[in-house]
Amino acid sequence: MMSKYKSLRSERAGFSVLVEKKTVWITLILLILCAAVMVISTGLGSKWISPMSVIKVLMGEGEPMHQVIVEKLRLPRVITAVLVGASLAVAGAVLQGIIRNPLASPDVAGITEGASFGAVLFIFLFGGTVPIHWMPLASILGAIVVTGLLYVLSWKKGVDPLKLVLIGIGLSAAIKSVSYMLIIAGPMQLAERSLTFMTGSIYGVSMDKDVLTLLPWTAVLLGLTWLQARSVNIQALGDDVAQSAGARVQRQRLVLIALSVALAGAAVAIGGAIAFIGLMAPHMARKLVGSSFGSVLPVSALLGALILLLADLAARTLFLPRDVPAGVLTAAIGAPFFMYLLYRNRNRN
Amino acid sequence: MKVIYLSILLAALAGVVVCSVAFGVTNIPFHNVLESFLHYNGSNEHLIIQTTRVPRALIAASVGACLAVAGAVMQVMTRNPIASPSTLGVNSGATFFIILSAWWLGLSGQQSFTWVALIGAALSGGLVFFMGSIGRDGMTPVKITLAGAAMTAFFASLTQGLMLTDGKMFDQILVWLVGSVAGRDMAQLQAVWPYMTVGMLIALLLSRHLNVLAMGDDMAQGLGQRTAYIKLSGAVAVILLAGGSVAVAGPIAFVGIIIPHIVRYLVGSDYRWILPYSAVLGAILLVSADLGSRYIAMPKEVPVGVMTAILGVPFFVYIARKGRRT
Repeated sequence: MMSKYKSLRSERAGFSVLVEKKTVWITLILLILCAAVMVISTGLGSKWISPMSVIKVLMGEGEPMHQVIVEKLRLPRVITAVLVGASLAVAGAVLQGIIRNPLASPDVAGITEGASFGAVLFIFLFGGTVPIHWMPLASILGAIVVTGLLYVLSWKKGVDPLKLVLIGIGLSAAIKSVSYMLIIAGPMQLAERSLTFMTGSIYGVSMDKDVLTLLPWTAVLLGLTWLQARSVNIQALGDDVAQSAGARVQRQRLVLIALSVALAGAAVAIGGAIAFIGLMAPHMARKLVGSSFGSVLPVSALLGALILLLADLAARTLFLPRDVPAGVLTAAIGAPFFMYLLYRNRNRN
Repeated sequence: MKVIYLSILLAALAGVVVCSVAFGVTNIPFHNVLESFLHYNGSNEHLIIQTTRVPRALIAASVGACLAVAGAVMQVMTRNPIASPSTLGVNSGATFFIILSAWWLGLSGQQSFTWVALIGAALSGGLVFFMGSIGRDGMTPVKITLAGAAMTAFFASLTQGLMLTDGKMFDQILVWLVGSVAGRDMAQLQAVWPYMTVGMLIALLLSRHLNVLAMGDDMAQGLGQRTAYIKLSGAVAVILLAGGSVAVAGPIAFVGIIIPHIVRYLVGSDYRWILPYSAVLGAILLVSADLGSRYIAMPKEVPVGVMTAILGVPFFVYIARKGRRT
């Protein structure tokens, strides 16, 4: 009889991942779906370009005008949506695994808030004097500082995941109000930019600046996280079981939190604080492929990409000529989803 | 003994209110302050006192008192030490509804804002309360706190989205993002006073029943309390207090967390004392925070909501670390 699983492991590199065959199929289907939405989304907008023409452009044989629209305007945005969505989703999947609470995500725990505060501070301190491509660094730093603070504050003979979330909620409320203060106090044009950032929007991204900055981060971090799949699975069992299974719980937790922060920070640096993707995507993924992290990671990355693709598509086409920040759309679907989760999990602690 | 302390605190409140009237970008000598009430002569200083400083100090005192009492009532009702109008989404709901009504219906009067704020507070608070309490184990602190955080994030995104899509609204809404007591006039306070007073009265009348409720629903029911009725009245009080505060000062964070904890430390767990002490200390906190906010970035002012948000973090951390009380 054929096994349901296929295992990939290496003694030397120290990793072992169990892959379910069903996951491979679902991943393939999602990949195709994602690609299709990307092509269609590239065609949609104030000027309609048919999917065939989009593909032609991608092959380098399109009409010159289509070439400009696709390559300069729409394609960067679509690719950014994929990268940002995937990073946020995986950051959330890792965090939910460690915190063992399905309601946790980088935005609820204050990590996104820290990242966006870093960026807002950057805008206000160096608005105009320092080149903008340093901004990702500022937002990653913000995420690291806030998470470090969170980590230290919730440390009491090890990090209690629930304390981490509660303190995160308090911290992020305080950070948000400081960001608001900067926005109110500062000059108008900076205010609008900062607020867009805090809401999360991938309006006006460019290929060489944004996509190429984010791509290596996302690719490397996703790979690293996938190699850590086993420790996420162990963490999900709870501290006692994990410890008796021989895991160095606190050290693993630190590594995983660091990965999650880096992913969220990089995504926020480009797309701003887009809410609730880190919450929704991992849930849908677990529904589809079960809770083994080796399967959850690719599926939730693809789902995150898909959610942001669709949210951004809706944000820029439904309200024409206005371009609503995608973060508003994700929050509008995310909050009811969260309520649904609360309802679903009503009988567990 | 507790009466004496309470009167000392009241005297302290009077003291900070006077200071708040006298000090700021323009410092005004105390005798001048007194004079402006007795022989108003229309001079610059008298004008500042009567039209900006006095309303500001009174608004800060009322809002502080209301938020602190609302927080105390919410904490006993939800049995959650981190409950407060700001953490459970009541403030952000009220704020969003004000902004929505201004944008959609073009409302601008203080009276209509107050009603809208009450509706918003009731809706979002009720939803958070409901979502946090379904399930076999009833209301757990974690569940309701998470529900509150999600609700807050939701309303914040919608508010920001509204600002960004409608450039005309940008300036007007900016004021509502963080709570502040600056630049309000007496009429605005008068518009919300009735609601605040009724809310405060309900809360004070409930205090005896809250003592019973604090022992747990089962115990309270066993003692013959109609808990549903008490909780409903408590919710009405919270909505009036928090909604009224937001309508005049916007979302001011964490006063409802900070004060009840200090008060419980001072006077124990009897709500007949906790509520009046919370009111007075809440007023002192907000008036002094507002006073302090004038000096941090002089001559610019830091919105007082930012001050309380920062002050609240240590409390948040302390409570979360102390462990979960269920």
